[in-house]
Amino acid sequence: MSDNVEALYQEIILDHYKHPRGAGLLDNAAGESFQVNPTCGDEVTVGVRLDENDHLHVGYEGQGCSISQASASVMTELLEDATLDRVADAERAFHELMHSKGAGEPNEDALGDGIAFAGVSKYPARIKCALLPWVALQDARLKAGIEIDQSTTPDA
Amino acid sequence: MVSTVLDVSRLRKDFPILERTVRGDRPLVYLDSAATSQKPFAVLDAERAYYETSNAAVHRGAHQLAEEATDAYESARAAIAGFVGAHAEDIVFTKNATESLNLAAYAFSNATAKAAQGGVVDPRLVLTPESSVVVTEMEHHANLIPWQELCAKTGAQLRWIGLTEDGRLDMDQLSVIDETTAVVSIVHQSNILGTINPVRSIMDRARDVGALGVVDACQSIPHMRVNVDDLGADLVTWSGHKMLGPTGIGLLWGRSEVLDRLPPFLTGGSMIESVTMEGSTFAPPPQRFEAGVPMVAQAVGLEAAVRYLESVGIESIEQHEHELTAYALTTLSHMPGVRIIGPESSVDRGSAISFVVDGLHPHDVGQVLDDRGVAVRVGHHCAWPTCRRYGVPATTRLSTYLYNDTDDIDAAAAGIRAAQEFFGVA
Repeated sequence: MSDNVEALYQEIILDHYKHPRGAGLLDNAAGESFQVNPTCGDEVTVGVRLDENDHLHVGYEGQGCSISQASASVMTELLEDATLDRVADAERAFHELMHSKGAGEPNEDALGDGIAFAGVSKYPARIKCALLPWVALQDARLKAGIEIDQSTTPDA
Repeated sequence: MVSTVLDVSRLRKDFPILERTVRGDRPLVYLDSAATSQKPFAVLDAERAYYETSNAAVHRGAHQLAEEATDAYESARAAIAGFVGAHAEDIVFTKNATESLNLAAYAFSNATAKAAQGGVVDPRLVLTPESSVVVTEMEHHANLIPWQELCAKTGAQLRWIGLTEDGRLDMDQLSVIDETTAVVSIVHQSNILGTINPVRSIMDRARDVGALGVVDACQSIPHMRVNVDDLGADLVTWSGHKMLGPTGIGLLWGRSEVLDRLPPFLTGGSMIESVTMEGSTFAPPPQRFEAGVPMVAQAVGLEAAVRYLESVGIESIEQHEHELTAYALTTLSHMPGVRIIGPESSVDRGSAISFVVDGLHPHDVGQVLDDRGVAVRVGHHCAWPTCRRYGVPATTRLSTYLYNDTDDIDAAAAGIRAAQEFFGVA
């Protein structure tokens, strides 16, 4: 296997793919979004709600390739019970990483295990896979009326 | 194993792209010809020569270049017609096969809309909520969505012939074609399953009930001898780029009496007979369906492709691919964890082979193959309902052409094993 593909399929990604964290939809989601990647049929549904402390709760289910499903697992683990500032930082950092064409320096504070997806940005066809749950998250959040401050800079 | 009918290593030298490496220094193993074929020098040279010597807008202009360009364009039409046993005037050039199929579907919706305004149209093209349109469950989206849209616009009912477990049409369901059916549009060879369908008997049934018969021959005409008249259809569609020709050119063949009664699809210059501010009359086929300055260079390139295929021998290509398909089916069916989606026998089957690997998503299989230089297609292959029918979200598909040999199949098999090992599902 080439270095690029080894970098694509980080151990963390394979681990989340085989042992997904937090899988399952929320019973009481305030907003839910189903997203599909029409080129390959990958599917993910993400549901969210805020608790009384304004912490986010996330549930998901889906089917698809290792990258899309590991991304959903990593995202859910990262953002479960997170503050909205943390959600904003993570969303921004992940999108930046995916658009970095392999040159991005991942922000570990904002992304946690999500930094493992750095290698994905070298493969244009796979960026959509990695972004799928994040797009669903954003849409579910907007449906639930959960606004985040898009202007804050991530803690670096 | 060396091909018994083709000298593949000699043929490969005609295709410059096959010399390149990918993903570093990996030799390219191209197994995605069902998506698009690679192009021989003959095609590239013909297009270049046309632009260098004769480029002009066809069917207009009084100068020598316009004459030469028109000759080149019409010569291409004649050569392509000859390849499928047709008359040149029954061949329409389109942008691609998708446009050809839309041309057919829009004939119905345009006629229906005109009839509603009191226009004089062929009543066989007018649909009502009592009409039905029949396709199969293995259509490419290009031969499904235009008909879905036609039904949505006219209230007609969309029906389909379902599939058997082993990837064939369920011929017990032919009764969906009945007196209400206005058009039956079916694929000759499935791009996802590889199945070659008994189109003649289905077209005969369409004719018996007075329905127009359409055949999508995108995956068959490049790979086997097809005489369009023998299919029993009224219209046959296919594309140039899957048969060694350039992108940007598609084909529609029609029986002359059928083409004659179809209204135009795209309108504008070149397709008219007479124009006033109040209205226009239209040219006879094929010009009626070729609005605007057409794709002359692509037509010239496609003529070169057809001549190249004839020089190799389309029958030899068919036999070569049949042997290769049998080899690939045997190889894949002996691999643990690999399941073929579509017929497992090479009888009535083309070289597009879809498969799934237990525990692995096709995207991941394709990624590992790509890393080894093996180009395959992954996804739903624009046949999403077919994937749903077999309960898979997507498949990996390998597909061959005259420039492939058993080494390419072996490379794919080795890549599949590597993917299984890498993901720990072996």
